[in-house]
Amino acid sequence: MSISTMSELKVTPMKPRTQAAEGAGAGVATQTEVTDTVNPADLREEHVQRLQDQHGRIEEIDRETLLHLLYQMILIRRFEEKAAEAYTLGKIGGFCHLYIGQEAVAVGALGALRPDDYVLTSYRDHGQALAKGTSPDEVMAELYGKAGGCSAGKGGSMHLFDGDVNFLGGHAIVGGQIPLATGVAFASRYRGTDQVALCFFGEAAVNQGAFHESLNMAQLWKLPCIYICENNQYGMGTSLARAMSLQDVSQKAPAYNMAGEFVDGMNVLAVYEATKRAVERARKESLPTLLEVRTYRFMGHSMSDPGNYRTRAEIEKYQERDPIKVFSDSLREKGVLDDQALAEMEKRVREEVERSLKFAESSPEPAPEELFTHIYANPIKTTRES
Amino acid sequence: MAVITMREALNQAMREEMHRDENVFLMGEEVAAYQGAYKISKGLLEEFGEKRVIDSPITELGFAGLGVGAAMVGLRPVIEFMTFNFSILATDQIINSAAKMRYMSGGQFKIPIVFRGPGGSAYQVSSQHSQALESWYANFPGIKVVMPSTPADAKGLLKSAIRDDDPVVFIEQERMYGNKGEVPEGEDVLVPIGVADVKREGTDATIVARSLMVPIALKAAEELAKQGVSVEVVDPRTIRPLDIETIVRSVKKTNRVVIAEESHPFCGVGAEISAQIMEHAFDYLDGPVRRVSGADAPMPYAKNLEKLAIPDVERLVAAVREVAYLN
Repeated sequence: MSISTMSELKVTPMKPRTQAAEGAGAGVATQTEVTDTVNPADLREEHVQRLQDQHGRIEEIDRETLLHLLYQMILIRRFEEKAAEAYTLGKIGGFCHLYIGQEAVAVGALGALRPDDYVLTSYRDHGQALAKGTSPDEVMAELYGKAGGCSAGKGGSMHLFDGDVNFLGGHAIVGGQIPLATGVAFASRYRGTDQVALCFFGEAAVNQGAFHESLNMAQLWKLPCIYICENNQYGMGTSLARAMSLQDVSQKAPAYNMAGEFVDGMNVLAVYEATKRAVERARKESLPTLLEVRTYRFMGHSMSDPGNYRTRAEIEKYQERDPIKVFSDSLREKGVLDDQALAEMEKRVREEVERSLKFAESSPEPAPEELFTHIYANPIKTTRES
Repeated sequence: MAVITMREALNQAMREEMHRDENVFLMGEEVAAYQGAYKISKGLLEEFGEKRVIDSPITELGFAGLGVGAAMVGLRPVIEFMTFNFSILATDQIINSAAKMRYMSGGQFKIPIVFRGPGGSAYQVSSQHSQALESWYANFPGIKVVMPSTPADAKGLLKSAIRDDDPVVFIEQERMYGNKGEVPEGEDVLVPIGVADVKREGTDATIVARSLMVPIALKAAEELAKQGVSVEVVDPRTIRPLDIETIVRSVKKTNRVVIAEESHPFCGVGAEISAQIMEHAFDYLDGPVRRVSGADAPMPYAKNLEKLAIPDVERLVAAVREVAYLN
């Protein structure tokens, strides 16, 4: 499959189904607007298609990679479940945006990178940090606000950073990370390295100026940046249909003469392969790509969001497409994985997550003097600011 | 020592630092082919090429953020705002990204970036192109804010800013680009960030002045000398971190203070300096600290109104006489 360009726009089999509100232009869509119609027959067909699609791909990818992808997805799922528990127990404060349902996006995309490539993302960043290689211990400790956290307890859930693995952060202003990632890609080109920058953001960020300003510069200056729009179809409680005039995000790429592609975000291998194509383009040709990866979050926007703006049926429909279930079913059908191996994998994940909780619990709070450290790299002491 | 303009001094600073460090690049609107809206980057494109002197689209948030991202991985961007008025569009990246990245990552990243360009009052361009924004940026820990008033300070401070590992907001003054002064030669002649300079010594009153207000304060001091009043003029040069020691030392000597500034008075840098003087030297004051600020009104277009909006020699002279109880 080739990457679509302005002249050759190609869309993968699972088409975006979001419809513009009826009579759009005449009035505002209502909150009850469904972004996707449920048709059980279609759904079954889609599921079969997805399995078949994965079967084809599975044969082309080595077993170790396949199992690693599955392991990471399960790790993120179980990690987030524990984070949710810890949040309800009051161990984690502030905002906590979970990644459950979207695991295939981070895992598939980061699986296509080299370790020295860069990743930046939004505040929904636990999954990306784990997939990039930050230890679950340090991520959990950060959520707990402990000194052993990957940001020393100063960033919290929304600001995970790990320079050691080139994870350049969770950023909490919608779209704020997009110009930053563009700058990281600029630096690669400036220095003549072939490292790429990969930037995740939600579809709501697409309405920000930062998105448009960045894509324009990236194509203009041929920067090796991969923009991955994780379209989970809701910006907090506002559905895509109520917020975006042109809802096919991948179609924004031609406006910048950029390659764009629509990807099924419930299919980890589809994300993996689409990202590989984008990485190839970035590394070899120093060109950016916009990937719209359609996904769905199973939980609320954050832990404090009951999610009343979505119907039970809609959520269940997407849970049927659970990316972990789809992938593990595919692997089983192709004989890559059996029940015992899956159970063992689950056990290893459980141990890793339990260990992270213990680490977070036992890690000390930041010392009081840490309030005033890390403000400046070259601090200049004055009477006032000592 | 050579006598050169502020414009030439800034140009020399960038040229020398770009020679010194491959990682330094200049990006902004019209900085390359046009050679700078105010010609600060004259000749740099020719000397360093398109890779390092880059014309950006009019996209302030975008290229400010691009600079911060590049700085995160070790480049040393100099981001020019054609004027600081346009930096308002980029404040999310300057404040939320540049200022806080080091802190919220637990010290993992340094952000060696300079945001520079002219700020303060310009000539008859009304409210949106004529304003002082230093108090905005100085409010945030994580940023350094520098405002030079002479060509020598401009060169030495810009070189220090480019070598600094933290984000520096470097505010020049459009009306001062043509001002001339002696500038010491030598590639490593730096002016340190965070150190104030006594521009004129005196014993009866202190004027704390920055940027455009420094030459006006010096003229006022000249005028007051004729009237038998000895005025000390202290130029903080750096707003954050503020060298309050030098200011307090002067206050302890003169016991009277006038703060001159172009910016609006409310929540301004002058208010901060005034508060700090009270905290550190209350017992030395013979009277209240007096601020002479820009008008608490948007900048008007009409020439006569514009003149009224910006502190001048007469108002400074009157304020010093007032704090010295000479009226």
